[in-house]
Amino acid sequence: MIDQIINTVPAFSTKAPAKLLVEGVSRQFSSGRGRAPIRALEPTDLAISENDFITILGPSGCGKSTLLRIVAGLAKPTAGRVLLGGRPVTGPGPDRGMVFQSYTLFPWLTVAENIAFGLRERGTPAKRRSEIVSAFVSKVGLSGFESHYPMQLSGGMQQRTAIARALANDPEILLLDEPFGALDNQTRGLMQELLLGIWERERKTVIFVTHDIEEAIFMASRVIVMTARPGRIKADIAVNLPHPRHYTIKTSPEFLRLKEQLTEEIRAEAVMAALEH
Amino acid sequence: MLMSRPLEPIALAWRVALGFSFFVLFVATWSIATLGGFVSKTFLADPITMVQDGWTLLTRFGFVADIAITISRVLGGFLIASIIAVPIGILMGAYKPVEAFFEPFVSFARYLPASAFIPLLILWAGIGETQKLLVIFIGSVFQIILMVAVSVGSTRRDLVEAAYTLGARDRGVVQRVLIPASAPDIAEILRLVLGWAWTYVIVAELIGSSSGIGHMIIDSQALLATGQMIFGIIVIGLIGLVSDFLFKMVNKKFFRWRLT
Ligand SMILES: Nc1ncnc2c1ncn2[C@@H]1O[C@H](COP(=O)(O)OP(=O)(O)OP(=O)(O)O)[C@@H](O)[C@H]1O
Ligand SMILES: [Mg+2]
Repeated sequence: MIDQIINTVPAFSTKAPAKLLVEGVSRQFSSGRGRAPIRALEPTDLAISENDFITILGPSGCGKSTLLRIVAGLAKPTAGRVLLGGRPVTGPGPDRGMVFQSYTLFPWLTVAENIAFGLRERGTPAKRRSEIVSAFVSKVGLSGFESHYPMQLSGGMQQRTAIARALANDPEILLLDEPFGALDNQTRGLMQELLLGIWERERKTVIFVTHDIEEAIFMASRVIVMTARPGRIKADIAVNLPHPRHYTIKTSPEFLRLKEQLTEEIRAEAVMAALEH
Repeated sequence: MLMSRPLEPIALAWRVALGFSFFVLFVATWSIATLGGFVSKTFLADPITMVQDGWTLLTRFGFVADIAITISRVLGGFLIASIIAVPIGILMGAYKPVEAFFEPFVSFARYLPASAFIPLLILWAGIGETQKLLVIFIGSVFQIILMVAVSVGSTRRDLVEAAYTLGARDRGVVQRVLIPASAPDIAEILRLVLGWAWTYVIVAELIGSSSGIGHMIIDSQALLATGQMIFGIIVIGLIGLVSDFLFKMVNKKFFRWRLT
């Protein structure tokens, strides 16, 4: 009996059906009559297993947001489909939490009310709601700011609230689109540790989009590198750094080796993207 | 004032002092023109006569009742217009088919001057209260609809998308994103249109009425009582100032998230 379990577990985990499947997803934008459409995303396949932390790394304009928005259900693919847990994605929903590149807290709601938004929409009873909210307020280190309005918060605090707001809904997968892109380097580093800490404890499936190489390696179990326009997956690199990761890992030899490898991968793309614009 | 730089804020005391000093300057110029004998008394009363006339109006001729009736007309017409226009505006902003249905007509109707309707409305509804309310209603309703629709329609798309990814449905997005996001704008639109409603009511009262501030003004004209006429006009200005102030206070209280 016990043998059976021991034998089946590894076999099961390697053959586990992907949590998220992106099948031949492409996206074009029409660019006016008579002109060739913009190919934002070439047909893309991607399989993400449960509990993975994937970062998508690519130069500006390579279709990272486009891909993420398709997974979120906020945009329709021109071709292909996305499956979450075997079910096709047809529109946005609370099973896919999203943190946006821009600050999208509801400015008329306080921090606590923002975090409670999704729970309210789904009719979670008030008592349960406030328990969840206070748990997430402390997880993202915003105790004492519950009744502040977004206007009164720094960019880092706003994005932490946005992360808490997405997580409070207990989504099956968390999608983050350059959430720390507008933050200064120090804050950005702290935010990475915070998010990674939450992931190490809760093991949510995460897709994190960034154009920062260090950020991509530091948090990921897999880094997906995308090419410049038209966007396409160029490389898929496993990051086998041990967890829990401390910021000091950024100077470890393995980290530096990965950084060098990714720098090479992405440099060619950045050059191409720069020439094109 | 001359030391100020573009967009630089000023201290509250300074602000009040500057605002007040223009009133002083205005009254001073008026006093010099009239009391100094530069302008004939028949055409323009001096400030002192104006105050005396005003006092007589208030104490002897029941002008308070006129003020009350004018205020109630404005508020009545404006409330009816708002109750109808705000929901239509919200629906137009939120749902494009509704917008496509109403927008062309409302854009056309908006340019119909309310005052030009007065002769027609007198024919239809006489010179009673219904006619006054209708003038204000016609003057306000299309303006409110259109401005509310624009405000709701320009709600930040990313906020709407965020709400959907958090599990909101269409109704939830309208009620808990579109409406709160444009609530401060809507309050501001109502404040603006209330100001216009004052113009409509006075015009309606000037043309055909047996009570109200406008009626008093047109009566005074027959008597060449310029002091009374000016007093009436100033009362309108003061009421406008007070209502504006109240509106701003309420907006500030309700929309703290925006004004901090
Ligand atoms: N609505 C749209 N209409 C037309 N073209 C679009 C639209 N959205 C995106 N694009 C184009 O598609 C390409 C990919 O855009 P996308 O926003 O996905 O890039 P990105 O990788 O997220 O860039 P960044 O790092 O700057 O956010 C860009 O070249 C952009 O010009
Ligand atoms: Mg982007």
